[in-house]
Amino acid sequence: MTRIVFIEYDGTQHEVEVEPGTSLMSAAVENDVPGIDGDCGGNCACATCHLYIDASWRDHVGPPASDTERDMIGFADGATESSRLGCQIAVTPAMDGMVVRLPLGQH
Amino acid sequence: MSTVRPAPDPYAMPLEAIDMSDPDLFQHNQMMPFFKRLRTEAPVHFSPGSDYGPFWSVTRYDDIMAVDTNHQVFSSDHARGGHILGYEMFFIEDEDFQLPMFIAMDQPRHDVTRKTVSPAVGAENLRHMESAIRASCVDILEQLPVGETFNWVDRFSIELTTRTLATLFDFPFEDRRMLTRWSDISVSVPGSGIVDSWESRRRELEEMGDYFARLWQERTHNTEGYDLVSMLATGAETRGMSRAEFMGNVLLLIVGGNDTTRNTLSGSVLALNDFPDEYEKLRRNPGLITSFVPEAIRWQTPLAHMRRTALEDAELGGQQIRAGDKVVMWYLSGNRDERAIERPDQFIVDRRRPRNHLSFGFGIHRCVGNRLAELQLRIAWEEILKRFRTIEVVGEPVRVRSNIIMGFSELPVRLEPWAAA
Repeated sequence: MTRIVFIEYDGTQHEVEVEPGTSLMSAAVENDVPGIDGDCGGNCACATCHLYIDASWRDHVGPPASDTERDMIGFADGATESSRLGCQIAVTPAMDGMVVRLPLGQH
Repeated sequence: MSTVRPAPDPYAMPLEAIDMSDPDLFQHNQMMPFFKRLRTEAPVHFSPGSDYGPFWSVTRYDDIMAVDTNHQVFSSDHARGGHILGYEMFFIEDEDFQLPMFIAMDQPRHDVTRKTVSPAVGAENLRHMESAIRASCVDILEQLPVGETFNWVDRFSIELTTRTLATLFDFPFEDRRMLTRWSDISVSVPGSGIVDSWESRRRELEEMGDYFARLWQERTHNTEGYDLVSMLATGAETRGMSRAEFMGNVLLLIVGGNDTTRNTLSGSVLALNDFPDEYEKLRRNPGLITSFVPEAIRWQTPLAHMRRTALEDAELGGQQIRAGDKVVMWYLSGNRDERAIERPDQFIVDRRRPRNHLSFGFGIHRCVGNRLAELQLRIAWEEILKRFRTIEVVGEPVRVRSNIIMGFSELPVRLEPWAAA
């Protein structure tokens, strides 16, 4: 199991143990982490699993994986260079301890 | 007034005869068995003839998701017929009177335009609007008659959504019902009882343009304003916007935020009356509002369909769609698809994954105001539950005659406050 740290906009931390292969979105939703919604169920179609990859992990995780992800991030509130959609990132053992920040709100 | 008629039987006719564009099916609330037959036997179904010409009906959740997310193939462009059946009738474009709206644009223009307005209904701005919406709601509730029958649609649903739109635009309070009027005429054709002629419709829409142009002029230096007009008038990317584009954006937000939220504010009351055990769950635990609100939006499906036009041949559900074909995503059907949603014909206030519904659409055109809609519903029910044990539906609802707008013109109710302790 891989440990992921979700930090809400107000600073509240949630440490979650995640089975490798699970998406960050599913990991948040299934562990009741507030601030990630996943309305479309992981179809890269709603941008409500918008999150920010902590700077030290950005190179490892990489930029948006597709034009669709890039387009959808463009519609999210407060998108930055650290933005990714959680449903498009599958957790790997190498991500153990990774920090992920959540936006003010999902749209 | 709608008259009662016996329910037509979808199994008593050949599949090809089924035409889901018939607005009478929706007004009489008799469409669901037809959708069920289509989901089972012809999930991608061709209607060869209708008032709108031939079109495909897509009725399963997964197929709808596939169309909605494939904007490269399935176009919303106004020049091809736009985003709804009957677009040509509703959003008539005179040569001199083009109102561009991003709901009926493809990329790249869609993205650029949408991003000019999405901050106005984004998370940060919603925080600013919340207290004004709550104050409006409390004011409206405190003026409602208790213990006598009245029309919930007019006294509450229309009133709250209108005041919220007025807040969104910082529109003068005493003129707020002009917003409702402009929205109603823009989706009406002459002869429907709403507007008499194309000329008078256009004249009223020009008056709307003049009114908003004046507000724009007054706010060109209002960089601190959270209202949409100030944001557009002062934003670096938007202050050069043409009058036509400004009017198009304003009208889209007025229409988008008008009867949709209104009809869920009404439909949520009816749903709780139809499922009294669920109403009791909500009374005992108002915290369930968080899941009740999206469930109400699923249940109502304020816009029954969205339409696309195929830009190229495509296969869907084993059917061959040809370039130029109209493709209709029936959100109302997808929201009742047991393949994607558990016990979809039950209204469940504490449903798991209540937000996994199609009412806002998905993909690049997903409803930009969706969180504003949810905010109004949440505030409304927080304030209602503090004051009233029951909003009792005491007469037959009157439904709108439309294949797109799922709504009510009348919902007779009586309020029962909480008993004195």
